[in-house]
Amino acid sequence: MKTELTSPAFIAALVIGGAIVFAAPLFLETYDLFNFTVFAIMAMLAISLNFVWGIGGILSLGQALFFGLGGYAYAITAINLGSGWGLLAAIAVPCLFALIVGYVAFYGRISDVYFGVVSLTISLILYNFVNSTSDAFYTIGAARLGGYNGIPSVPPIQAPWAAQPLGFEAMYMLCALTALVFYLGVRLFVRAPFGRVIVAVRENDLRAELLGYDPRYHRLVVFAIGAAMSGLAGAFFAAWGAFIGPDTFSVSFAAQAIIWVLFGGLGTLIGPVVGALSVSWFTTWLGEVRLLDPNIALGLLFIISVLLVPNGMVPALRRVLERLRIVKERADT
Amino acid sequence: MEIIALSGINIVYAVASLFLLAAGLSIIFGMMGVINLAHGEFLMLGGFAFVLSVNAGINIWISMFVVAPLVVMVIGMVMERLIVRHLYGRTVETILATWGVSLLLIGVTSVTLGYQQLGVSAPLGSVEIGDYRVGGYTFFIIGLAFAVLAFLYAILRWSSFGLKARGTMQSASTAATLGVNVGYVYSATFGLGAAISGLAGAAFAPIAGVTPVSGLTYIGKAFITVIAGGPLPLIGTSTASLLLGFINAAVTAISTPVLGEIALLAAAILLLRLLPAGITGRFFRGGL
Repeated sequence: MKTELTSPAFIAALVIGGAIVFAAPLFLETYDLFNFTVFAIMAMLAISLNFVWGIGGILSLGQALFFGLGGYAYAITAINLGSGWGLLAAIAVPCLFALIVGYVAFYGRISDVYFGVVSLTISLILYNFVNSTSDAFYTIGAARLGGYNGIPSVPPIQAPWAAQPLGFEAMYMLCALTALVFYLGVRLFVRAPFGRVIVAVRENDLRAELLGYDPRYHRLVVFAIGAAMSGLAGAFFAAWGAFIGPDTFSVSFAAQAIIWVLFGGLGTLIGPVVGALSVSWFTTWLGEVRLLDPNIALGLLFIISVLLVPNGMVPALRRVLERLRIVKERADT
Repeated sequence: MEIIALSGINIVYAVASLFLLAAGLSIIFGMMGVINLAHGEFLMLGGFAFVLSVNAGINIWISMFVVAPLVVMVIGMVMERLIVRHLYGRTVETILATWGVSLLLIGVTSVTLGYQQLGVSAPLGSVEIGDYRVGGYTFFIIGLAFAVLAFLYAILRWSSFGLKARGTMQSASTAATLGVNVGYVYSATFGLGAAISGLAGAAFAPIAGVTPVSGLTYIGKAFITVIAGGPLPLIGTSTASLLLGFINAAVTAISTPVLGEIALLAAAILLLRLLPAGITGRFFRGGL
């Protein structure tokens, strides 16, 4: 733990990440800052999915549903009680939901593939459910669920001591800093004793169990933490756009999160962030130039990632760099 | 009396449609352990093939029983050859790759056919039960489900292909050493599953219409039925359809279809807590 905190890589990540977070507002226009905020939010979702899937080894294909749950929990609670309670609810509700689903799945020892499909199915059915709530009957306090129209005018985040809600710049800082904290937190987590057990469970759960660690309990903890992280990202998303809609439960959004992680490099620490940023930027750009239907682009990217770069871009680039270094060394000697 | 008959018909219809929607998926899953996430798009393509050929003037039954299954079978076999074949034994990668195919097919159909809903009015008129009328097509779906079950049972139980397929299912390496061309069996099984999905998609097109995303409305139910059924394609899927279809229809009758779907999911998750490998993971071992 101590060695990780003082390791050069960790300090470098801290410094570079901090520099990006604090320097960006100085150089960027408000519009770009607005877009960068959502990229930071997507990076948060990617880090949480990677935490559950890449590090915990849990095939959570429907991870994005916790993002949607967090967004809705924030919207409903913030409309009724204010944004502080909203953020708490956005962490607590997905976490609780994950504990229930995870308890049933992990303690029942459902196989990996079954779990993936079940989590995707939960997402699908939530999508259908939320879409069917346009009736005024589905009103919680002052918040109408609004069905396929979603919930408009979600309140922005406001610190309890401040007179004004967060502006564009402060919102960017909050999201980027949280993404950085997520990244560094996951980095520390895999080096900590509990994180090492998680990795052991991922690699071989029978062996971990024979050594006295309960894989069911460890999986449940990782799944719940990951859900809380996704939920917070969802809350930021709802506050950012002042809107949350059922599309956050849709299959294509779930697929996007999976592609970010897969494309960037599952299980690596920085890969999912790179994946989230590059793929979100790419799909935003595609939407602007209208060259290709986004579903076609995402589908192709998905297939290519699985077939051609199964480990993701970051490990692939690392291998290329390594090879170049070896070639250069040979040339030098 | 009429109410009882009507609810009975509704429940049998729910069970039958669940079985039809899941049958193609379960064949592929049972044989290869692969969850084909493009299953919904197979159903959607079957629906489109059916509607487009009916609109082109082809007889409605030929469109349903010949055109739709053939079209989807060809697409399925091409997909198996190009993508799935390279990933056998790597279940997670297969799931992800078929998910990519799913998005790709949605994208391609929305670009080529547009977003508007296409449909064909349901044939076969209606039947009167007391003061109520039930569409004749409802009975057709029920009959079709039984026919598909019987057809699949006959193929897997009595044909030489079925024997090889069951052998491959139990142990691919043993089947290969005994001279079975495993690659061919996989390809044919994938094609069979895709053809059944195409037929099911066509059968539901007159009821629900077809759009590029209409596969998404079916797959949740289909996945959960196959997972709850476990590894045996026919017994698993039919018992799971019976159980989940009953729950779905009963809850739908007293509330809304969406709550019926949620009840179906909740029941399936509870079932998996008790039988983590599905119904046929514990019972009916060695069946079909």
